[in-house]
Amino acid sequence: MRVALFVTCLADQFYPGVSEATVKVLRRLGVEVSFDPAQTCCGQPAFNTGYREEARLVAARNLDLFANADADYIVSPSGSCTSMMRVFYRELFEHDPLRSAQAQAMAGRVFEFSEFVVKVLKVDDVGARFAHRVAYHDSCHLLRELGVAEEPRRLLRAVRDAELVELDDNRLCCGFGGTFAVKFPEVSAAMGADKIKAAAAIGAEYLVAGDSGCLMHLAGLIHRQGAKIKTIHLAEVLASH
Amino acid sequence: MDEAVGVESNQIHELGKRVMGNARLAEAYRSSTLRLYDHRRQAIAEVPGFEALRERARALKREVITHLDYYLEQFAASVERRGGKVHWAVDAREACALVIALARECGAKEVVKAKSMVSEEIELNHALETAGIRPVESDLGEYILQLANERPAHIVAPAIHKTRGDVADLFERHVDPHRAEEPEELTAVARQALRTVFAEAGMGVSGANFAVAETGTIVTVENEGNIRFSTTAPRVHVALVGIEKLIPRFQDLAVFLRLLGRSGTGQKLTSYTSILTGPRRLGEDGPDEMHVILIDNGRTRALADEKMREALYCIRCGACLNACPVYRKIGGHAYGWVYSGPIGALITPELAGLKQARELPFASSLCGACREVCPVKINIPDLLLHLRAQAQETAAATKPPGSPVREHTAMRLWAWLMTSSRRYAWSARWARIGQHLVARSGWIRSSRFFPLSAWTRDRDLPALAPRSFRQRWKDLESEEKDT
Ligand code: SF4
Repeated sequence: MRVALFVTCLADQFYPGVSEATVKVLRRLGVEVSFDPAQTCCGQPAFNTGYREEARLVAARNLDLFANADADYIVSPSGSCTSMMRVFYRELFEHDPLRSAQAQAMAGRVFEFSEFVVKVLKVDDVGARFAHRVAYHDSCHLLRELGVAEEPRRLLRAVRDAELVELDDNRLCCGFGGTFAVKFPEVSAAMGADKIKAAAAIGAEYLVAGDSGCLMHLAGLIHRQGAKIKTIHLAEVLASH
Repeated sequence: MDEAVGVESNQIHELGKRVMGNARLAEAYRSSTLRLYDHRRQAIAEVPGFEALRERARALKREVITHLDYYLEQFAASVERRGGKVHWAVDAREACALVIALARECGAKEVVKAKSMVSEEIELNHALETAGIRPVESDLGEYILQLANERPAHIVAPAIHKTRGDVADLFERHVDPHRAEEPEELTAVARQALRTVFAEAGMGVSGANFAVAETGTIVTVENEGNIRFSTTAPRVHVALVGIEKLIPRFQDLAVFLRLLGRSGTGQKLTSYTSILTGPRRLGEDGPDEMHVILIDNGRTRALADEKMREALYCIRCGACLNACPVYRKIGGHAYGWVYSGPIGALITPELAGLKQARELPFASSLCGACREVCPVKINIPDLLLHLRAQAQETAAATKPPGSPVREHTAMRLWAWLMTSSRRYAWSARWARIGQHLVARSGWIRSSRFFPLSAWTRDRDLPALAPRSFRQRWKDLESEEKDT
């Protein structure tokens, strides 16, 4: 099986380890992974802020890029970017028949990493070991746009020596929200602080999530506060042994 | 907070920060919304097929809103058939003028008011007072706000932000110098103060939770019994009805009543459901006259936008406010008008105009918790995104403080960089060089320039990785070949 990776610009530039971990896990499961360095961003920053023209320029380029990709699936270690490509590209191009056919085709082919492993590869146990107490944070797009909540938990439960604990009110947003984080910085930070408090309250050593955006926001708060808890992407947990 | 004049939604940042900086207010919002949110969760767990009920309600609302002209005519005819009188108001000014004219006609010096969001929307109290007519709020929450001279902080629980101590202070100052502390005592003080007015008022004004097109029926739900009183005891009853309040048939009411109480407060049914069809008939209790004022006030403008009209499905249950993590932090008044929370962020720009409320659609992390609880399944985050696009088209964003360029310019530049992998890699290389000036041991802790300045206000930013994934990919590829 062949997979074209969409690594996301955030992971590419800030967290290349997340992309590497994604490649590692997929390869371990026998998947042939390709990466086209022509890719950049999914277009979400502009779409999220209301600049649809700019979002369309970036999205259209992405549609062309992956339409030509010689792969069965497109996989991305981000619930948010996957939502953009599966759900919002269609909305962005609803009045453009050609592009919307392309977006439709992409929607059927693009998967978020954890959902791909569990639903498509039908694997729960990827052979990882991670001897820590971890809390999984549901990123909102992953949870509510893609309906993925059980898959990451199944994967985490199968990790040797890891203890999965549940956050109180685990559906609550961490406050990242893309450009919301800089448009309403005080609110965004206060929401994140609540999340960190909730994770500390149950004695989690790691906050695990499937989106680098949420993790960057939470890690930044933790670093500023000098708190003990750490953040890690699900793919990195699954790549460790 | 002082009574606000007009829409001050663009001050959401300052108003919100005021709440976050006030521990008592912040806690009042947090605990009350969490309590209501939790009650809802418990209440809907008991209803099998709740999801199907939501679908049904949504379909009914879609039907009404899509054919609103038809249902409005049917409703008006039904009201008149039952002896009621129908009036149409294009805007707030017309609606208030109609109420004042009706009060003068029946010689009412005082008007008893039932809790009604649309009366807040048209600022009826202010208009009545200017006309020399005294409005008396019969709902405890609204009464408290009237004394405090504030707008509702929540569409269902208007005084949600007031602690018992706040209410005791208010009553002591305005109503009864003997300080009461316990909730029962406080209620008794309010009741005593209102009773005399109730007995004498010649006119009662209410809103409507639903208006049934088939029968011309006005339906109100509440827990205190004051709406029932205000609509039945005075000689004249005036119902203010936003034109989106219609439902097709009487039997449809069952669907909505099962949803409304559970979604809003977690109640199976609210304590009182009043079903009012026409004035009193011979040998019955009730008002001699019943007037219905159908209010547009910007609703047909929302209706004209095929996408945004979905917001008119709202039954004002308040569930989205209770679920919203942003509302919980900044409170209701921050939204700068009478409607707050996610639904406020949608309909304030629609009703009051996007210019006056352009910040509201952005006051959301788009987490979607609101959509999850909405009984009529309004796709709130999607509509917010739609409004954001409209906002950028109709009223360009100003330059954020600390930003060298306007937001749109920055986005254009961003799109230019992102539409070529060469430009993308080139800008990343420059950013890596540039960050040497600001990053210390892998973190950026402060900056004078937006958006870094906003990001680093309360949190740090990790520096870009020394090598990007695309630079490392070559190694990964050869690793693959080696194994
Ligand atoms: S938008 Fe939905 S959840 Fe919010 S008040 Fe209206 S009906 Fe209730």
